[in-house]
Amino acid sequence: MTFIEKMQAIDRRIIFLLIALAVIIPMVFKLVIPVRPSPIVQAIFDKIEELPSGSKVLLSFDYGPATVPENQPMADGLARHCMIRGHKLYLMAVWATGEAQGNITIENVIAKEFPDAVYGEDYIQLGYKAGNQGLINAIFTDLKGMYTTDAGGVDINSFPMMKEVNTLPDFDLILCIGSGKPGLKEWVQFAGDRGDIPVSGGVTAVEAPLLYPYYPKQLLGLMGGLQGAAQFEAALVKKYPQYKDVSSGAVILMGPQTVAHLVIIAFVIIGNIGFFVLRRREKRARTE
Amino acid sequence: MNFSDYFVLWVGGLLTLMIFSFLYRDNPFYKFAEHLFVGVSAAYWMVVGFWTTFIPNLIGSIYPPSVSWFTANPEEARTVIASLYDQMWYWRYGRIVPLILGCMLLTRLAPKASWMSRWPMAFIIGYAAGTNLTRYLQSDFVAQIKATLVPLIVFNEAGFSLGETISNIVIVFGVLSALVYFFFSKEHKGWFGGTARVGIWVLMVAFGAAFGYTVMARISLLIGRMNFLGSWLGSVF
Repeated sequence: MTFIEKMQAIDRRIIFLLIALAVIIPMVFKLVIPVRPSPIVQAIFDKIEELPSGSKVLLSFDYGPATVPENQPMADGLARHCMIRGHKLYLMAVWATGEAQGNITIENVIAKEFPDAVYGEDYIQLGYKAGNQGLINAIFTDLKGMYTTDAGGVDINSFPMMKEVNTLPDFDLILCIGSGKPGLKEWVQFAGDRGDIPVSGGVTAVEAPLLYPYYPKQLLGLMGGLQGAAQFEAALVKKYPQYKDVSSGAVILMGPQTVAHLVIIAFVIIGNIGFFVLRRREKRARTE
Repeated sequence: MNFSDYFVLWVGGLLTLMIFSFLYRDNPFYKFAEHLFVGVSAAYWMVVGFWTTFIPNLIGSIYPPSVSWFTANPEEARTVIASLYDQMWYWRYGRIVPLILGCMLLTRLAPKASWMSRWPMAFIIGYAAGTNLTRYLQSDFVAQIKATLVPLIVFNEAGFSLGETISNIVIVFGVLSALVYFFFSKEHKGWFGGTARVGIWVLMVAFGAAFGYTVMARISLLIGRMNFLGSWLGSVF
């Protein structure tokens, strides 16, 4: 068996092992790759930046623990930026697992980095309600009809920041961090396009290609996967360098991501070379 | 780190290893972790849905004093009950309709009465089809056609923009050639066949980009798990 034939018949477990090493080694040696924000990610940053302080921003957590490595840095970055700019942040979830992720953002970002922020005045956790896109459809015209209380069971009308909010068009910006259906696509369809409300956010890399057609007319920006999250962190740190230590979760992970990609690209090239060489040999053998 | 944190970390670490063991070959540890995940996920969604929607939006609305059964703080309960009583009567009692429809849906469990489940099912399908149809038509059809109608030569404040011009040409001709590929009423020959061939290339590029993104997503998840395993091992040693 020649080298090329051996490579074509390589045990998949060896590939798994090499991918694992490609991830572990850069993590151990803390390899950091410089990240620059792309225009599609910068557009989200610019929008949050240009909104006047005190604007009402809805942040929907439509993902679960399974996609935390990709989605949580996005959510943390957006929440951090909104709090820096002094926007009023309304957290909610169309996914049952999303509320817990929102609480993680409150605990790790808002409570730690913005201790002066007051619950009910600067941010609120509305929590999860069942209904998928039906929920978005319902709160478009009557938010308090669905959210009679916040996530903690306290009367929704008792919070100062809920006084001016009754419908989705009352928000200045809708942000969604999603990993499937319902997610950002449904926010575009049932809220953004319907009410001409700016919609943006981030999704897992698997879902990103489905969302790109909406940019820039229906979606003002998009973070696609870990790379999108890292780009947003880079944009934030560029403008607010004092947040470099806390806003680098995704940027740090781009090192192992890049090395793993290089290994996969190498395997794709080797696989293709092997395929064409073997095909050529078979053709020659047939003609002889 | 207290005992419960350690316990959660160990459970998470061991379950991660059980799932990873599938990469070597299928085994009972993997099966156990897989079944546990499915069961916990189903139960979690059900419990969360019950406490966040069924109790506050249905039971609490129809019978506001019931809020005190589920709220530890009597002061909070009184405020919520007062606000629920403020709602219009038809809004509160109107929720009996979805309650009845929900009960009818459960008749599927009894073969003789299962015909009753068709009514709520028809309502769900009708509602979903009605709302989705209009939104998909608006967002994925009309708005997408509008988004494709872009100028082929772009001038901005700085003058002629080569980048945007190329981008717009790729969008317009990419969409048109991909549409031609899916047009089967005319034989794919001559200029029409050539355009269809370009359409195939456009589709291949799109599939390649989607595959690349999928790889990126899977590697990101692997990095997340490795990070977790690192913190688990770090707590052990």
